[in-house]
Amino acid sequence: MTTIKSNDLTYDFKKKTSAGKIKIKVWGKSQIVMLLTFLSLFILTVYGFWTFDLKGISLIEATNETLYNLKVMFLQPSFSHFTLLDAVGQIGITLGLGFLSTLLGVILSLFLALFAAKNLSTKTVSNAIIVVVTFIRAVPTVLWVLILAIAAGLGSEAVILGMVLHSVAFLVKAFSESFEEVDEGIIEALRASGANWWHIVTHAVIPTTASSLLSWSFLRFETNFTVAVAMGAAAGAGGIGFELLMASGFYFDLREVGFITYFILVIAIGLELFSTQLKKRFLTNASA
Amino acid sequence: MTIHAYKKSKKQLTIFFVTLIGITLLSAKLTNFNFLHGIQTLPKAIGWMFSNLYISAQSLEKFPSVLEKLVETIFLSITSTTTAAVVAMFLALMGSQTTKVNNFFASLSRIIASVYRNIPIVAWALILLLSFGQNALTGYFALFLATFGFLTRAFIETIDETSSSSVEALRASGATYFQMVAKAVMPECSPQMISWILYMIETNIRSSTLVGILTGTGIGFMFDLYYKSMNYNVVSLITISIVVVVIGIELISNYVRRVIL
Repeated sequence: MTTIKSNDLTYDFKKKTSAGKIKIKVWGKSQIVMLLTFLSLFILTVYGFWTFDLKGISLIEATNETLYNLKVMFLQPSFSHFTLLDAVGQIGITLGLGFLSTLLGVILSLFLALFAAKNLSTKTVSNAIIVVVTFIRAVPTVLWVLILAIAAGLGSEAVILGMVLHSVAFLVKAFSESFEEVDEGIIEALRASGANWWHIVTHAVIPTTASSLLSWSFLRFETNFTVAVAMGAAAGAGGIGFELLMASGFYFDLREVGFITYFILVIAIGLELFSTQLKKRFLTNASA
Repeated sequence: MTIHAYKKSKKQLTIFFVTLIGITLLSAKLTNFNFLHGIQTLPKAIGWMFSNLYISAQSLEKFPSVLEKLVETIFLSITSTTTAAVVAMFLALMGSQTTKVNNFFASLSRIIASVYRNIPIVAWALILLLSFGQNALTGYFALFLATFGFLTRAFIETIDETSSSSVEALRASGATYFQMVAKAVMPECSPQMISWILYMIETNIRSSTLVGILTGTGIGFMFDLYYKSMNYNVVSLITISIVVVVIGIELISNYVRRVIL
């Protein structure tokens, strides 16, 4: 029974070209910015390739050699410098590094995120935390680990602390966004009935967001496993990453490199499948 | 009934925390991590950072060479991301449920993406180092391979989420496959895809530092050099300049995202 108002039917004549055809494409600000982004990326890419310092390497020769190496690696994997049990132990160390840094990161960021969420905190505190966290995230993890290693000495402490810093930077953002999505009505109702800040957090905010906090934490664990592999190789943290560095850089044993890579791949895919399941179940706002 | 359910969930929660504590103790033992010592070192480390990591006038003399390596690193991450995005685009078109050619290619491209994404960038860098040597190309290919796996997955999800209804409409009106891709999939997905590309450029600047340390190229190599010779003033200069670049790119991409999304 709805009646169509006449001005719904009037047509905007500005959307026609001078020849009288209907314009199919309308240029707005977003289209222009998008085009500019595309163009500048294209120009930067071409310029980047132009200025690459190749140091006189023969591209074809090196590619062929790499393909041969990859063939040896992936088709004939074997291990010679350690046993299967050692490999499992090393993977255990890497997983342990990832787990501890995720756990400490989750605990720390849970508190920080409460103060960073705009609906639970004041604007100044929230902005201050966000600025600090952005700075921490901008420094690559390996630099954090190496810098902390000067003060704390080489060992698992420096590695875990460095990874914790980056996990906190990631999780504070994810957690505080989850907290901000909590229904304002619930918080208001609790506040009206005389609940203090701590009551609101423990009885409304944490219970309603628990599942998404869990999935974000596991997502970070998955990332931290990869980071732990990298730290093993680049910062001497031990674990499977260090074995990888030894196998390729010191023994030049391609078959062992292949074996280790397969091992890492299996664990990483396993973690990914698990976290996809968690994400499908619990996360509705997953964007990053 | 509700009390029973409450008891059950409480029991589950207890089991969850007990397992968590168990894994924590196990990992602490495996990695030789001492919680008390770890917490004690943090203030010490921060104190050390404040008293030693500052940029002196002497280290500023190194700024031109740092800048040169920094520009190299920025271009490295941009070129690897954009070229990887082009390849990922094709693979994503094949792998997405809405635009797949057939099921075989769809699963194939998903498997390829998953394998490339999950082999850590460190492994790629070390493998490529063997034949490419200390060259910018080592970093380029390592970043390319890892980025391409990640972007394929992101693009597949983007295509799946955004374009199913318009693809269906075009298909019903008799459009060919290429018309469908060019007129429905690309226009609808490109804002989201640009957002992913910008995110990856930012990530790759950080990753290329790591790759640089391993392969002896770019800003990572420079960091490693001054780190090992204990010239901490230059180390902080390099760190700060990386931070400035990363935050700068983040601000640009936030602006672009705000306008196009």
